[in-house]
This record gives sequence, C-alpha cells and structure tokens, in this order.
Amino acid sequence: MLRPRDEADLAEIIATTSCALEPVAGGSLRDIGKPVEGEILDLSALHGIVSYEPDELVLTARAATPLESIERALSEHRQRLAFEPVDWTPLLGSAGGRTIGGVLAANVSGSRRIVAGAARDHFLGFRAVSVRGERFKGGGRVVKNVTGYDLPKLLAGSWGTLAVLTEVTVRVNPAPEHERTLIVPAGGAAEAVQSMANALGSACDVSAAAFVPRRGVALRLEGFLPSVSARGAALLERLAPAESVWLEGEASRGFWRAVGAAQPLGAHPIIWRLSVPPGDAPDIIERLAPADYLLDWGGGRIWIGAAHAEAERVRGALRAGHALLFKAPRAVRASTAVFQPLSGPLAALTARVKAAFDPAARLNPGRMG
Amino acid sequence: MLARKAQIVDALRALAPGLAVIADQLELAVYETDALTAYRQKPLAVVLPANATQVARVLEYAHREGLNIVPRGAGTSLSGGAVPVGDAIVIGLARLNRILAIDYENRCVVAQCGVANLAITHAVADRGFYYAPDPSSQVACTIGGNVAENSGGVHCLKYGLTTNNVLGAELVLPDGEIVRLGGKHLDSEHYDLLGIVTGSEGLLGVVTEVTVRILQRPPTARALLIGFPSTEAAGACVAAVIAAGIIPAGMEMMDRPAIHAAEAFVHAGYPLEAEALLIVELDGPPVEVDVLTERVSELARVQGASSCRASRSETERLAFWAGRKAAFPAVGRLSPDYYCMDGTIPRRELPRVLRAIYAMGERYGLRVANVFHAGDGNLHPLILYDANRPGELARAEAFGADILKLCVDAGGVLTGEHGVGLEKRDLMTYQFTSVDLEIQHRLKHAFDPRARLNPGKVFPTLHRCAEEGREHVRSAAGRFADLPRF
Repeated sequence: MLRPRDEADLAEIIATTSCALEPVAGGSLRDIGKPVEGEILDLSALHGIVSYEPDELVLTARAATPLESIERALSEHRQRLAFEPVDWTPLLGSAGGRTIGGVLAANVSGSRRIVAGAARDHFLGFRAVSVRGERFKGGGRVVKNVTGYDLPKLLAGSWGTLAVLTEVTVRVNPAPEHERTLIVPAGGAAEAVQSMANALGSACDVSAAAFVPRRGVALRLEGFLPSVSARGAALLERLAPAESVWLEGEASRGFWRAVGAAQPLGAHPIIWRLSVPPGDAPDIIERLAPADYLLDWGGGRIWIGAAHAEAERVRGALRAGHALLFKAPRAVRASTAVFQPLSGPLAALTARVKAAFDPAARLNPGRMG
Repeated sequence: MLARKAQIVDALRALAPGLAVIADQLELAVYETDALTAYRQKPLAVVLPANATQVARVLEYAHREGLNIVPRGAGTSLSGGAVPVGDAIVIGLARLNRILAIDYENRCVVAQCGVANLAITHAVADRGFYYAPDPSSQVACTIGGNVAENSGGVHCLKYGLTTNNVLGAELVLPDGEIVRLGGKHLDSEHYDLLGIVTGSEGLLGVVTEVTVRILQRPPTARALLIGFPSTEAAGACVAAVIAAGIIPAGMEMMDRPAIHAAEAFVHAGYPLEAEALLIVELDGPPVEVDVLTERVSELARVQGASSCRASRSETERLAFWAGRKAAFPAVGRLSPDYYCMDGTIPRRELPRVLRAIYAMGERYGLRVANVFHAGDGNLHPLILYDANRPGELARAEAFGADILKLCVDAGGVLTGEHGVGLEKRDLMTYQFTSVDLEIQHRLKHAFDPRARLNPGKVFPTLHRCAEEGREHVRSAAGRFADLPRF
C-alpha cells in the first residue's frame, strides 16, 4: 500500500514507480466503474481546509478532506455547496468515507443540478500530480477565468483516470433561509414529466423536481421566507393539483437527501443511472417497464432498480443521452460495459485525451470502460 | 508563396459548390483584425462555408496541406483571438446563422454557431424565455464565439457563464472529423470534452452548432444606483451583500473617472460627488425583489453610502444601466484611443488594486478609468492614449501588462472573459509554470496534433526545453514584431 504524506511525497512515489495505480481518497466510490487491478494509492493523509473565505464565496481544501468537515465549516457561515453532493454510500452499500476530491472526480451532483449546476460547475481550480510525477495546477481561485484551458472541467467526472488531485478550490454559495417541498399526485411517468415541465418552465424558481412512483411529483422551493411563501402559492395556482402536501424545513431536506441518493431503490442488486432529455423519460420507462424507478432532474435523470443488468436492452431504449451501470456485483461490472460505450471519432479523441495525460494507462486502468 | 497562394485559393474554391472564397486583397482587409484593432495581418484567404460539412472539408484540406486556420465568429474579440497570424486561412462562420430547433419541453435551443447571442433570446421571448449569458457585445457576438471565449456578461453572477448554460455542441476537429458533444441531456457520458472546449479560444476545434438552455424571464427586475465616498466603502458593501446571503442578478462598480465620463456622455443622473458607484440588479418574483431591495438598501446605508436610489419603473431601470453600458464609448469620447483591459481579482483586493493602478497611471503618464464586475471580481481598466503620439501605444501596452501582472499577484488571473488571444499570450508564463503549460500543450496535441488551428494564440512558443525545466519565450521586447501596428 502506497501512502504519500503530502503532495511532494506523492509526486516522488508516482515518479519512481511504474505499476498501475488506484488512487483512493475516502473509498466510498470505489465500487463504481469497471473493477480495477492496481496498487492502492492511499491519499487519506492529504486532508485539511487550506483556506475558506466566505465573503469571496471560495474554499480551498486538500483532496482527501472529508466532505463532512467542509459542510460543517460552511454551515457555520450559512453557506453550502450548491450542487448538493448526495450520499450514495447507502445505495452502493459501500464502506469508506466521502471526500471533496472524490465528489469532484465523480462529479457527484444532486437534485439541484438542474438550476445550480453540477459539481463541475463549481470546481474553480486545483493542484494535481501527473502520471509522470509532475506537480501542476489548473484553473484558479476565481469564477471569471478564461486563462488557458478549463482543466477543472476535464478532471471533474474523470474518475481518477487522468491525474491525481491533491488540492481543490470550489465555489460556495449562501444557504437559503427557508426550504419547502410541494408533493402532488401523478398517474405515471408521462403525467409526472408534464407536471414537472410545467413547474420548471414557470417563474416560481423551482430548485428540484422529482417523481417518486406511488408518492408523487415533488417540487422544491428555497430562499427568503416571504419569497418562498409567495412562490409556493403561485406554484399551487399554476398546477391546480387534486391534492397537495407540503414538507417544511428539515422534512423537506430529509426528503431530498433520500431522493438524490435514490434510496427507495437500495434493495436492488442492479442500479442503472440514466441521463436523458427530460421529455424522453416517459417513453424510456414504458419501453423498459422497470421493476422500480425514480425520476430526478425533471425526468432528465432516471434511476432504475433491477435484478439483472441487461445492458443492451437498457441502452437500446435510449434515443439520446447515456446510461451508467451505477451498481452491480463485481463480476457483472467486469463483464459489462459500465460506462456508455463510445464510437467513431469521439472514441478516438477520448483515447487521445487519456493518452495525453496517462500514456501507459497507469491510473485506474479500464475503470471507465 | 505567391504561386502557392493561387494554387491554394483554387483548391479551396473546388472543395464544395456554394463555398464562398475571398482572395481579393481589398476584400480581405475586413478580416485582418478583430476588436483588438492595434494588430492586423492579412489572411492568405477567407472562406465562408454555408454548413458544417463545408467547414469539415476546409479543415480536412488544410490539415492535409499543413495550412493554418483561424476561425472567426463576429470578430468582436478584444484579445486578438480572430487575428489571422501566420498566413492563415480565415474560416468565417457567419453564414451558419440559423436557429435549428426551439424545444420548450426540454427548455433548450439548438442554434448554428453563427447565430448572434441576442438572437437566441429574441427567438424565445414571446414565450417569456431568454438565454441568460449577456456579454455587452451580445447584439453582434455569435454563440459559437461565446463558447470559444466562455463569455460572461453582467448577469453571469447569478446565472452563470456560457459553460454553465451550454448543453451540447457539434465540433469539427482540426483533421475534419465531426464529433457531437453532449446534447439535450445533462452531463457527459465520459470525459467532459464540452467543458474543455468551452473557453478554448478556437484552439481545439471549430464549433458549428450549440445547444443552450433557456430560462423563464423573472417577472420583476429592479436596479439600485448607490454612490459611495470611497472604493473601500463600496467594496465593503459588496462583501456585506454576499455575507447576507444575497446573490444579486448583477453587481457593477464604476470609479470616479468612469462615472464622470459616462455622465457627460449619457446624462443618466449619476452622482458626480461619489468616488465609486454600485449598480445592483435584483430580479425574481415581486415579493422577493421587494425584500431584497429593502435589505440591500439597508446594507448600503450601514456601509456609508452617500446616495441610494431604487428604480421605480422599467424605463428608470434601463436609464440606471445606460451609463454603465455606455462606459466604454463614454471613455472613448475623452481620448482618441483607449485600451480595455480584462483581469480578475479576489473582490476584497479591489481598493488596493485600484490604488496601485492609479499610481501606475501617474508613472506612465496615462489616464485610466475602471469598471468592475463587483460580483465576481472581473476588472476592466480603460487606459486612455493617443496612438498618434510616438510611444504612447507602447506605454499603454506596458501599463496594461503591469495591471495584469498585478491581478495575478493579488491572487487572481490574467483574463476573466476576453480571453488570452494574442494580447496576453506572453504573460501566460507569469501565471503558469512551464510544467502547467506543458500539460496544456499535451491536451492541445490530442485535439490538434499538427498545431494548425488558431496558431500563435493563448500559449507562448516554448522552446522544447520544458523537460529540462527551463523555457525560452519570445522576448517581450520584440512583441509581435512581425505584425504592423496602427
């Protein structure tokens, strides 16, 4: 087990070894992707908040800093990470902690993604070590930055296959004064998507829209109390539902923690996560007729619980977008395309980008296959 | 080269029926510069393709023949991004100007790259939607150009930059292959190549089509015009607003020289006794705007504002903005030329950076006015000069370079929205180490192995000494020595 003390040590270790490496910060996301054969690179020593400036809406921390410490520090100043990094550990049944580096490397984003953006939209800058042992930086500590390529965007969602993050800078946002969630009935996916589109196309500033079958369509409002009240009234008027239930404050927060993490689907051995144009969701659900599912992002994110992977059938139901085999037993992941397969010039370009960073494919080899 | 030139022009003409090719010296003059007018170079030829297939044919041909290519949207670049250095063929994208689809169900618009930014908003305005990123040149600049520069605008504080509002793009690679990135769905299936192409200043590929998300227009918008006795007080007010958990739709600051220039030009009613002016825009449902107006006004009062007016009508709101929007031409009235800088600093550094800029102005003997995107720290110093006076352009450029270095020293970056282009290329080594730059070169190589797309932009030419830990950069003394100056 390789366990660097700090960034300089990490660079030394990478430069003086030639084996395949599996960088691990907290470990909670290790079971996503194709299984990797490599020496574990334990990054847990690279932790700690380096600087936090609430007035500047910016925080810098070492990559293996536990997400909890960051969220705690932020809440003391009534701030938060707007992209809502959900906790998938119950769904995955994984051990291991959640870190800010892992959240960014896996682009972990919750229900608010539709209005606030994903983790990648809040990732301003970083320090990292390349597979050649080079220590480098990308981005900066400010939001308005077109100086050179936007490397943070490339590293976000790259699942540790391009470089090893050592320090990250993220944008932080004020936490709202108040939150409430409206739940209204919907007969099925088609009615749900229509209802969500109606809400999201309004000026009510809905910050999350999900459909939990047998529960209903859920729409969240956040902000200053008088504003949330007024917008809630406007939303009810616009939707004119047969019934409605409001969840306030902590009840609303708990609800979205569960939805974002697809908790109702936890019992299934196979979990698919689809990203599609929201309007396509009803057709996809009808074609696949899944045992269990949940819609988030107004229909743009579909979670499916199943007994068997059936990758070709699932991906065959998509007109556009992609499907990730989010959770499956190791043997299934080893023999199935976990990430949406690429083809043609895009596949070739992707391979060249990977080779530009990691020509010998040392980092998490094959993970994104 | 002359004989080869004729051969190349003939070959271009034969690539596709309907492909317009310009080779006449007089007609080429239009394409020799962009909005950084100090630098001009005639291109070898200009092609105006009608569609993505023609773009691909041109790039494929250029790739085979080893010719340089410079993509051009509306040519509004303020950093020389579209200046055709190195005997390049300019690909003008203006003919790809159709909106292909408006999808209200999925809340997005699919547009060809040559569609103007504001045209997208106009196309969805009757249903109460709009496209949020609003760079000042939006009536002319193209959505393809916006992707290349990751353009911002006053409202990017609340609504994000281009990169936060683009869902997909069609890209022609330097070898002529076409790839589609993203689409109407969120998040990439693999690497975020859309994210890396956005802001890549035309170095990685030519964007031919863009899918953007559209938002419902907020029902109410109100502007507050707030005068302060010092930039420190204005800066403290900005910090207080953020600390109160408020992210306004926009927050702009102007210093005293900018205030006076704007007032003389537009008569918007700006407070002339103020050292700094803050224009804060609040939008949303009426209740929200009322609450925020009260809170922001109170915060301003506590910070010692000398005046505070809230707009009472849409007409008045636009009037408050008129001075800020006219700031550049207003400054242009005061001087035969001005040089607009673009850098970003942490917000709290503004008073110190401004003092340093004024001191530099004294040393260089040049006047300067400043407008500042207070919400995100993006600073636009406007350096006034007269190109007819010998040495003044060089002094203005030296002053500008010093300001950008100051931005980096203060913890910021060289450019917030105008891009590096030609203008700031040689300053890249001030912000990045040779290793940082080498890694970016490797990425470029993955897209453009022959390095023919928009050469001479963004990155200084490095002697291949990077591995040895040293680099030689073309000396700043001979800055763009090959380009004539006007």
